[in-house]
Amino acid sequence: MSAIFLTWSLGLAKIFLALAMGIAAFRVLRGPRAQDRVAGLDALYVNAMLLALTFGIAAGDTLYFEAALIIALLGFVGTVAFAKFLLRGEVIE
Amino acid sequence: MNEFAKLPDWAAIIIAILILAGAATTLIGSLGLWRLNSFYERLHAPTLGTTLGTGCIVLASMLCFSVLQTRLVLHEILIAIFVTVTTPITLMILVRAALFRDSVERAETLSNMHDGSHPATSELEVNHSRPPEAT
Repeated sequence: MSAIFLTWSLGLAKIFLALAMGIAAFRVLRGPRAQDRVAGLDALYVNAMLLALTFGIAAGDTLYFEAALIIALLGFVGTVAFAKFLLRGEVIE
Repeated sequence: MNEFAKLPDWAAIIIAILILAGAATTLIGSLGLWRLNSFYERLHAPTLGTTLGTGCIVLASMLCFSVLQTRLVLHEILIAIFVTVTTPITLMILVRAALFRDSVERAETLSNMHDGSHPATSELEVNHSRPPEAT
């Protein structure tokens, strides 16, 4: 009984996180200015990381944890590089 | 499905509630990113997902693997620490860039107005009625 409840809530959580990723992608595509797009990209990679963690729980596999960690690392680097580009016009001076 | 049968009832229910709470909080944060009006308001909303959402889902993952493997599995706490440390840095640099871009744009608008032939009073009115979200 509780296993069925867990399976259903995992599916619902995947749908929620996919919706959140879609909304963040909408902000990346439609954001009126460049900083809105970068903020949308930040939310997008955090949601993708949480989705990977949820997939890991659903599959019972710790391999997804490493994917989530790499998404978090590279997303942070990407967002900081974009923000630096907006600030100075170039990334590496 | 088959490995969930090995979970005891209390662990399965706690994991399900934590995952649902985390995913719902993240969705609410993203809805705020969609619906709020100005850039500086919009930046606050997704931090719901980076704090509460990440915390709940990481806690659920730690509980699930600890119960399944009957030992303490705590490596998911790396993600929680990393996200907690990096989110303020990202938002600080991003807001600084947005403030810089706004000030540059305002200076350009002012200098264009001083070159124009409009009288001084209407220049100020035009400057104040300019929408902050103009592209």
